[in-house]
Amino acid sequence: MSERLRVDPVRCDAFGYCAELLPELVTLDEWGYPILDGAPVPAGLVELARLAVRQCPRRALFLEQVPDPAPPRAMRRPRAPRVTTARHAGPTRR
Amino acid sequence: MKTADAPLRSRPPVTDLPAGPTRLLAGWYRSGGRADLHAHLAVHGPLDLPPRPDPRFGQWLADAVHRAGLTGRGGAGFPTARKLAAAAGWRRPLLVVNAMEGEPASAKDRALLSCAPHLVLDGAEATALAIGATELLVCVAAEHRDVAARLRTALAERVGRGLVRVAIDVAQPPGTFVAGEESALVRWVGGGPALPTFRPAKGAPLRVGRRPALVQNAETMAHVGLIARYGPEWFRAEGLPEAPGTTLITLTGALTRPGVHEIALGTPLRAIVALGAPAEVGAVLLGGYGGTWLAAEHLDVAYSPPSLGTLGATVGAGVVGVLPAAACGIAETARLATFLAEESAGQCGPCVHGLPAVAEDLDRLARGVGDRATFDRLRRRLQAVTGRGACGHPDGAARMVKSALSTFATDLAAHLQQRPCAGRGHPPVMPLPRPGWSRP
Repeated sequence: MSERLRVDPVRCDAFGYCAELLPELVTLDEWGYPILDGAPVPAGLVELARLAVRQCPRRALFLEQVPDPAPPRAMRRPRAPRVTTARHAGPTRR
Repeated sequence: MKTADAPLRSRPPVTDLPAGPTRLLAGWYRSGGRADLHAHLAVHGPLDLPPRPDPRFGQWLADAVHRAGLTGRGGAGFPTARKLAAAAGWRRPLLVVNAMEGEPASAKDRALLSCAPHLVLDGAEATALAIGATELLVCVAAEHRDVAARLRTALAERVGRGLVRVAIDVAQPPGTFVAGEESALVRWVGGGPALPTFRPAKGAPLRVGRRPALVQNAETMAHVGLIARYGPEWFRAEGLPEAPGTTLITLTGALTRPGVHEIALGTPLRAIVALGAPAEVGAVLLGGYGGTWLAAEHLDVAYSPPSLGTLGATVGAGVVGVLPAAACGIAETARLATFLAEESAGQCGPCVHGLPAVAEDLDRLARGVGDRATFDRLRRRLQAVTGRGACGHPDGAARMVKSALSTFATDLAAHLQQRPCAGRGHPPVMPLPRPGWSRP
């Protein structure tokens, strides 16, 4: 199971902290709103991604669990994505 | 000749099934007026429904709708049977019939509710009983008081005849463009504003309080009302194997005879456009204002989701808007884009800032003051707004504008060289809801 970054566009107010913390994964559009590519967060950036989620002033950023791409021989059915909201990943949980 | 005095039939014999592509509007063509309950029953006969929600009836209906191949007629075109099957396991569900028709160019749901309200109510009641709902709500936009009044009259007729098995109510949410988006509608029903909701997991049901809500378009319900009577094989007798049945379309734009028609899916687009007796056709806007422009050279395409899909278009909410060859597609698109920007719910940054920026770029191009840099910026902005809202509003606007850039490439080239195009000075074509919208 890996994770990907997502943003709740209704909550997001273009503070831009996520792009400062994670320029590798977050770019900003011309109005300052984050553009996320939806790819799994590389293992080396997971901690930074969690920090970005916690630091979002609007709690708009969240990490979503995504099933790993199935190995060629496996016949497992993909599971529906599970959602972790910013609230669940609050500062108390490291 | 009216048939309202014909004796009421029980289930029509098999030889007497209604034939031809006129199904939903059959009563209208017979009488030219609103089908009251008596006339409705004279045309279609009574509908056998269980007295209360019944899982076996639910299975039967979901299977019939699946075999019929019915897809939603509200715009997304999702298979109706899959929605019914998903809702079958819900606890205390609510059925919401969506007749909001926030699309300014569309009139088909209103037309249907005005001339055949009982057909919609039949299908809605059948759907409610199938998914285990004891309540259903028909939502009509606030400004369409006349439609809501006719619907209430129809409900009173059913109560009078003791035909009501489910608690049915009519609600009138504000008639904005996005209020008909299903998450906005359900939010309003639950006491909130009529604004779309961000849904992290698309599969999860929408809820009113804790109760899951199934949203179905009004026309879709009317088709269910007929499938429940005549069966899936009858439904498939019109249309194509891959796109069965009939559908309502709203013909609008530069036409001598705009209006709502019922056509078999697969009818050539050229024949549909001809129903409205247009002057020389330049392009057609399909689906709605968040739909796709199609150049006149593609008019021989079959009007069905798979065929239109090969051209990057969809049937959407059934709007067929005709732009005359004499008009400028870029100017018309700029006008529609300005409207769509104004109709943003104002919740998501990329839509709030992006759609006005897109509209402004287009307006500059249309007025001949935009250059190559304007065009490149517009392309970037169209990419930037797509997929970045809580609802599909920015995606629809971007889709429509993108299709305009390819469909009206000739006009665009003239504008980019700051030359007037052939359509300069042509009056606005597509209808917009407010008088102030007649000009960009």
